[in-house]
Amino acid sequence: MTERIVILGGGTGGTVLANDLADRLGPELDAGDVEVTLINDGPDHVYKPVWLYVPFGEREPADGRRALDDLIDDAVDLRIGRVSEIDTDAQELRFDGTAPAAEYDHLVLATGSTLRPERIPGLAEGGHNYYSESGATALRDELLEFTEGEIVLSVVGTPHMCPAAPLEFVFMVDDWFRERGLREDVGITYTYPIQRVHGNPHIAEWARPIMEERDIAVETFFNAESVDPEAETITSMEGTELGYDLLVSIPPHGGVDLIEAAGLGDDGWVDVDKHTLEAEAAENVYALGDTADTGVPNAGSVAHYQAGVVGRRLASEVRGRPPTATYDGKTLCFIETGMDAASFVEFDYERPPSPAPPSEKLHWSKLAYNESYWLTARGLL
Amino acid sequence: MTDIEPDDTVDARGAACPGPLMDLIGAMRGAEPGAVVRLLSDNEQSLTDVPEWAEEAGNELLAVEELDDHAAFYVEKA
Repeated sequence: MTERIVILGGGTGGTVLANDLADRLGPELDAGDVEVTLINDGPDHVYKPVWLYVPFGEREPADGRRALDDLIDDAVDLRIGRVSEIDTDAQELRFDGTAPAAEYDHLVLATGSTLRPERIPGLAEGGHNYYSESGATALRDELLEFTEGEIVLSVVGTPHMCPAAPLEFVFMVDDWFRERGLREDVGITYTYPIQRVHGNPHIAEWARPIMEERDIAVETFFNAESVDPEAETITSMEGTELGYDLLVSIPPHGGVDLIEAAGLGDDGWVDVDKHTLEAEAAENVYALGDTADTGVPNAGSVAHYQAGVVGRRLASEVRGRPPTATYDGKTLCFIETGMDAASFVEFDYERPPSPAPPSEKLHWSKLAYNESYWLTARGLL
Repeated sequence: MTDIEPDDTVDARGAACPGPLMDLIGAMRGAEPGAVVRLLSDNEQSLTDVPEWAEEAGNELLAVEELDDHAAFYVEKA
C-alpha cells in the first residue's frame, strides 16, 4: 500500500522538506510505495529576507519570488489550493469548493506566520512594515522621500519572523542616512516590549551599546496599545506616547486559523515536542519552521534544519524503522549592522549566541547566502 | 496558597524567555480594568520580569505563589 506524505505550506520549510524527501525516498517514490504531495495556497515560493532591502531601494520584491513548479522535484506532486480544514481524526485536509480532500498517512504543517496588524487600533493605517511585499514597497516609497523628522521602529509583539530584522533595520537606516549626510536631521527611536532590546539577552547585550554609540534612542517595556494616524503618535500599554513622522512596525504575528480550529495549538502555532517536532495533540502530524512552537526564532535557517530532521524521521517511519533524528535548536543568522557590515550568530538549545564582530566580509556573506538561497530551496545546499 | 480568584489564567509553562511575559502582556491587553490574570511560568526569569513589567505598566502584582516546579503570578489590570 502506498504511504501518503502531505506537506502543507510551500515556504522554506515545506519546500526544503519536499525536495529532501524526493531525494531521500527516491527508490520508494519510483516504486510507487510512497507519494509526496506539497500543497500551497499560491503558485510561488517567496524568500522573505529580500524584503529588508526593498525599502532602501536595494532589491525588488521579484528578487524573492520563484515559481514552486521550478523549485520542486518532479517526483513531488504539487497541488495549488487553499485548505479550509485539517481533520486529524480522519487524516485528511479539506478544501473550499469541490476539490477532493487530500488524505494522508503522515502530515507536515509548514504554514508559517501571518501578520495581524488589526490587533492594534490604528496600526494598519498609521504604520509601515517590511514584513510583506506590499508593506516593503510602500515603506520604500516613503523612505526614499524622507529627508528629516522622527522615525520610530516599534516591535509590537513577539514571536515575529526573523527576530534580528528590527535591529537590522535601525542599524541600516542609521547608516543609510549617515552616508547621505542627513542623519543629523533624522531621529531614530527603537521600541521593544520587554526590558531589553531583544528577546535573547546575549544579542540584547551586544546590540544595546551599538545603539547608544549611534544615537538610536531606545524605549523598552513598550507594548503598543494604539496608533493615532492623524496625530502621528503611538501609545504603549505602559503609558508612554511617542510622536513620529514615519512609523515602521513589526506587526503582531499569528499562525493560520486552521491550526487552532484543528485543536493543534493556540494562535496558529502547533504545540510540538521541541526535539522530535511531532505534534502533541494528534498522531502522524509534524510541524516545522514558524508553525512549530519550539521557542527558537522564526527564521529560515531553523526551518531548513528542521526540514532535514523531519525528512530523516519520515524516511525511517516509511521504512518501518524507529525514527531517531532530533532537532537541537540550531539557528544561524546574519545580522546587518549597516549598509556594508554585518555580524553573525550561531546557537542552539544548549549554547547561547555570541555575535561576531561586524565586518564587511560578513555583510557580503549574507548577500551571497541570499543569492544562493535558491540552491537551499532546491535541497542542494 | 492564595485565595485570589483569577478572571483568566495563562499557562506559559515550558515557554522560553520572554514567552511567559509576552503571554501575560497579551492576556492583559484584552482584559478589563480590575480583572486579575494568573500567569503560570516555570521560567526563572519571570520572577524578575513580571514584577518589573507590572510596575512599569501600573498594574498591581497581587501575589506570587512559588510552587514545586513553577510559579503563579496574579496581576490585576489597572
